[in-house]
Amino acid sequence: MTSRALILQCLQCALVFAGAPLLAGWVEQCRAWFGNRHGAGPLQPYRVLRKLWRKELVVAHAASWVFRTAPYLLVAAMIIAGSIVPLLAPIVPLAPAADAIALVGVFAFARMVSALAAMDIGTGFGSMGARREMLIGFLAEPALLMVLFTPALISHSTSLAVIVRQLTTTRLFLYPSMAFAASAYVMVLLAENARIPVDNPDTHLELTMIHGALHLEYAGRHLALMEWAGAIKLATYMAIGIALFLPWGMSATGSASGIALATGLLAVKMTAAGTALAAIETLLAKLRLFRVPEFLGTAFMVAVLGILVHFLLGT
Amino acid sequence: MITQVGHDPLDIALAVCAMWLVLAAASLALSHRPRALRALFVGGAAGSFLFAAAGLLALFAPATHTTLPLGLPQLAFHLRLDALAAVFAILFGFTALAISLYTAGYLRHEQTARIARMAGQYHLLLAAIGLVLLADDAYVFLIAWETMAWSSYLLIISDDHMVLARRAGLLYLITEHMGAIALMLAFGILQAGTHAGLAGYAFGVMRETTLPPALASVVFALGLFGFGAKAGFLPLHAWLPEAHPVAPSPVSALLSGVLLKLGIYGILLFTLELLHAPLWWWGVLMLVLGLVTALFGAIYSAAQNDMKRLLSYSSIENIGLILAGIGLTVLFQAYHMAALATLALMATLYQTLNHAVFKSLLFLGTGSVLHATGERNLGKLGGLIHRMPWVAALLLIGSFAAAGVPPFNGFVSEWLLLQSFLGATSFPQPYLNMAVPLGAAAVVLVAGLAAYVMVKFYGITFLGQPREAALKNAHDAGFGERIALLLLAGGCLFLGLFPAWTVDLFRPAAAQLIDPGAARDTLEGHVLFCRLHAATHADYGPLIVLGALALVSAALVLILRRLAPAPLRRVAPWNGGHDTRTARMQDTAEGFGQPIRQVFAPFFRMQIQRPAPAETAPVYASRVEDPLWYALYLPITRSVCRMSEWVALLRRRRIAIYLLYAFVTLIILLVLAP
Repeated sequence: MTSRALILQCLQCALVFAGAPLLAGWVEQCRAWFGNRHGAGPLQPYRVLRKLWRKELVVAHAASWVFRTAPYLLVAAMIIAGSIVPLLAPIVPLAPAADAIALVGVFAFARMVSALAAMDIGTGFGSMGARREMLIGFLAEPALLMVLFTPALISHSTSLAVIVRQLTTTRLFLYPSMAFAASAYVMVLLAENARIPVDNPDTHLELTMIHGALHLEYAGRHLALMEWAGAIKLATYMAIGIALFLPWGMSATGSASGIALATGLLAVKMTAAGTALAAIETLLAKLRLFRVPEFLGTAFMVAVLGILVHFLLGT
Repeated sequence: MITQVGHDPLDIALAVCAMWLVLAAASLALSHRPRALRALFVGGAAGSFLFAAAGLLALFAPATHTTLPLGLPQLAFHLRLDALAAVFAILFGFTALAISLYTAGYLRHEQTARIARMAGQYHLLLAAIGLVLLADDAYVFLIAWETMAWSSYLLIISDDHMVLARRAGLLYLITEHMGAIALMLAFGILQAGTHAGLAGYAFGVMRETTLPPALASVVFALGLFGFGAKAGFLPLHAWLPEAHPVAPSPVSALLSGVLLKLGIYGILLFTLELLHAPLWWWGVLMLVLGLVTALFGAIYSAAQNDMKRLLSYSSIENIGLILAGIGLTVLFQAYHMAALATLALMATLYQTLNHAVFKSLLFLGTGSVLHATGERNLGKLGGLIHRMPWVAALLLIGSFAAAGVPPFNGFVSEWLLLQSFLGATSFPQPYLNMAVPLGAAAVVLVAGLAAYVMVKFYGITFLGQPREAALKNAHDAGFGERIALLLLAGGCLFLGLFPAWTVDLFRPAAAQLIDPGAARDTLEGHVLFCRLHAATHADYGPLIVLGALALVSAALVLILRRLAPAPLRRVAPWNGGHDTRTARMQDTAEGFGQPIRQVFAPFFRMQIQRPAPAETAPVYASRVEDPLWYALYLPITRSVCRMSEWVALLRRRRIAIYLLYAFVTLIILLVLAP
């Protein structure tokens, strides 16, 4: 059991680390198709990463150690987050490290690190990006936690592995409160991963950037790490959504055949989720920055409604 | 002198208090020798260390008490060191140790007369704080409490040539005295309830009596007001953002780190110890008050431009969270849910200890910045990470701790608090069940805002380019200051990484205040992680998180060095291709706070001056003021002035009128007498 669990944990880490750019590439490819373009194929992020790796590392004069350590810390934080979420089976040896609340905390840590790194050089765009990122962060964080509280209240635990085990054992039973939580979660996912309608990942106009402005000064392998961290974050958010709202098909025991089936199902779910994300992004327009609080406020209220529904129905 | 020989820890603590008094007296004798005066602070630091050690010893021994033959004829001084006081003794001793060491270095360049004055007042304050924690009757408690109030007042106005300092000091003194009056009334009612005469002032007798609910509620309300004036929750917070900026930095650290916590100690003493049968609505009141205070503090600290004002609003925020924790504890205790009450109490004590350590660190670091640059205004700082590497690195730890992100200490208490909120689902009242988890949302919003504030504080002060030319000459903190900052940063890391060991410190207090069984079982300890069974199953392992962070980053560095060995080249920043770039193009403190001011505009009383489009030298200015100042404090001031005018009408400067007053009073008394 323990050796199998360890193998499973390593498999999951590798899957999150190596597979995340593929998901990001798939979303971009779908967006291209929906926009009537050919697209560069889902493998494009890997090519970009390889290109950035080979490039010279260029750092501004004024950059301190904060700027130079941030990319490594960011990737490390995202890998930790990605390793805690049950992906193939609700067996996660790393689960004692962090429950759902600590997971939100790890994301907050990563956000602070990237905001501080952006302020380090002292350009106008950097500090503007930092304050916008923190604005979205403090609004999205309560909404995300309220979303996570609904399943936590259902399963009387904040441990993600316990929550998922509880949700998978009650087969195809639909909780009305989870429907509210799911819709709030989609909104939080859009905001936290710098997606339309909150931020435009494709923009080249610095003044409208939120997330992109944080990366403006990075180059070479630092930039590659930042991009990779972004991809892992998206994959982790997708994985949380799948684990909470579509957990069926996970292997309960972690047997080899069960894991193979779960991996196949995960690929299907991720593809579908990526397509849905691209569709949402294609259908919506970007919001003005100061409409974002309303957007996230709505997400928060929907999540709170989910909790109230849970108490009213008692399930 | 001690009549009844107590157990060791109490004797040590008492001896330390006596030593502080001796040091205060010695400062008078040494008032012309600056080096000896600064050595006094090192002696004070040694005393603080002993005081913390006494607290640690007292945790694992039964509560000890003793009486000193001082005080009133039938009421000798009662002293006691129990588990609750021991937790606060550790907090106070550790924080004071760092602050004393820091002060010894900090006062290097001060005038001798000022060092002498501060040394006397500072050690008197330490002795008074120590006595507040040891007091076991209302008389000693109030003597120590008042000594603490005026000695800290003297420290706040030690820059007394500043009008602002004197005004802030007066506000502090008035607030503290209003609080002290409420406390005297509260102790009076408690004593009357015991029907034991003068002996009823001893806490031991008060613990034995149970007041009827109505009287107990009056005592609770008076106590909440009295201790709230010290702790600084809404609407008694106004003195904090005024007093902290004008006080010398070590004093600000002591105010925020220790003095506010004594208000918390008092509330815990009253609600769970002396009144020991809390009503449910006390908990709800404190919960709501705490959450409102926390939100208020968080929003306002984001809008501040002065480093110390920003930090003092952040203290208000933390006090709010602590009060919410007490509210939750009392609420659970009122419904006899011992396991959850223990959890909430541990969250409260954890948050109290955390805040003492990281806020002292931040205030002391601010002091070093102030010394190095002479500047407290965030808008005139920047880029100090290059000039002050030690302070910058240590304050980064403090900022992460204050922001409440893992694996630092602020997160542990946030985690415990959220867990106790989540457990609150089985009250007999369905409305409470629904409303209490929503409090968790407020806690998370506050935590998110705290991260925003800390990015602003740290980023604008230490990162970026220096905003003023003079900053190029800034120097790092000296040796003594560095040791103090290192101690506190180490404290932050320890509290953050070893939650299971820290929680063990709170078990005796939880056993004393709530229930020994629940205190033993509530949190399962482990070096790597702590696990919660009481309400929910949950784990948090900061050491694993930190280990994984370090391991993955190190692996990435090694792998990338091998796979992508491109050399590093330093260039001018890219900045989106714009090559004109001055330090003034960075965000100012106002700029960084702008989104908060916009999102929470209805909560602020704001004046914004916008330049006209055609102006050649445009000036943008915004001023954020506290609406409570106008809605509450100024009307009270005005009505006090009006009342004193009415009283002045009675004064006629003619002896006949005064004789008439005496005569009328006599007649009235005679009529009423039978």
